[in-house]
Amino acid sequence: MAEKPRLKVPKEAKKGEIIELKTLLSHVMETGLRKDAAGNIIPRKIINKFTCEFNGKPVFSADIEPAVAANPYIQFNAKVDESGTFKFTWVEDDGTVTTTEEKITVV
Amino acid sequence: MQTITRRQALALGSGAIAVITIGDISPSFATPAETDAEIAKFTGGKAMDKGKISIDLSEIAENGNTVPLSVVVESPMTADNYISDILVVADGNPRPGVATFHLTPLSGKATAATRIRLQTTQNIIVVAKTNDGKFFTDRKQVKVTIGGCGG
Repeated sequence: MAEKPRLKVPKEAKKGEIIELKTLLSHVMETGLRKDAAGNIIPRKIINKFTCEFNGKPVFSADIEPAVAANPYIQFNAKVDESGTFKFTWVEDDGTVTTTEEKITVV
Repeated sequence: MQTITRRQALALGSGAIAVITIGDISPSFATPAETDAEIAKFTGGKAMDKGKISIDLSEIAENGNTVPLSVVVESPMTADNYISDILVVADGNPRPGVATFHLTPLSGKATAATRIRLQTTQNIIVVAKTNDGKFFTDRKQVKVTIGGCGG
């Protein structure tokens, strides 16, 4: 995955605030159901797992099926009580892992 | 000079859509049994109560390739009372599974949103599981103009 994931995470939050996080990874999400021009099935190639951790603690994760659209967009919430780092991970069918991190300051 | 009225333009547009729909070789759809099995796998066959869930999904999806879906479940999301898992299934896709979201008290609010593929007009069924093993469910129908699973 050469493409950098796109994230929308607030830089600052108040203690105990519930924030909204938006993530998007550019990916074809090939379903394994489509056929190419020669009639051969195009093999499945999807992101099947997404996780978000905050300071090493699980916040949110998703098991993803081919029914999720290309360039999987995932939006969820998190309650922040302390400053720290969100770590986002995407896992592809072939085991390729994409990770990125985003810091937040709690004031 | 002949101009195309709005009405004619709309008729042309819907004609084009009809052609695309007919030309689409649809893969087989999930059967109701497969959809029920997917839900039973999640609930372990336990009974589900209706309610607590709101599904935000447009009634008509013009493009089944990417349909915004948002789910909110009523829950205080405290350490001893929270929604731990949310299952989303679609009963008219080639396979019923769409996504399963796993939440924690750190999620703050029992919500998730994504964009999904829909092959045809169908029901989206959401099942939420509480940390103490109770299940809630709701469903919403969505009309799909152009299917989005390829064929």
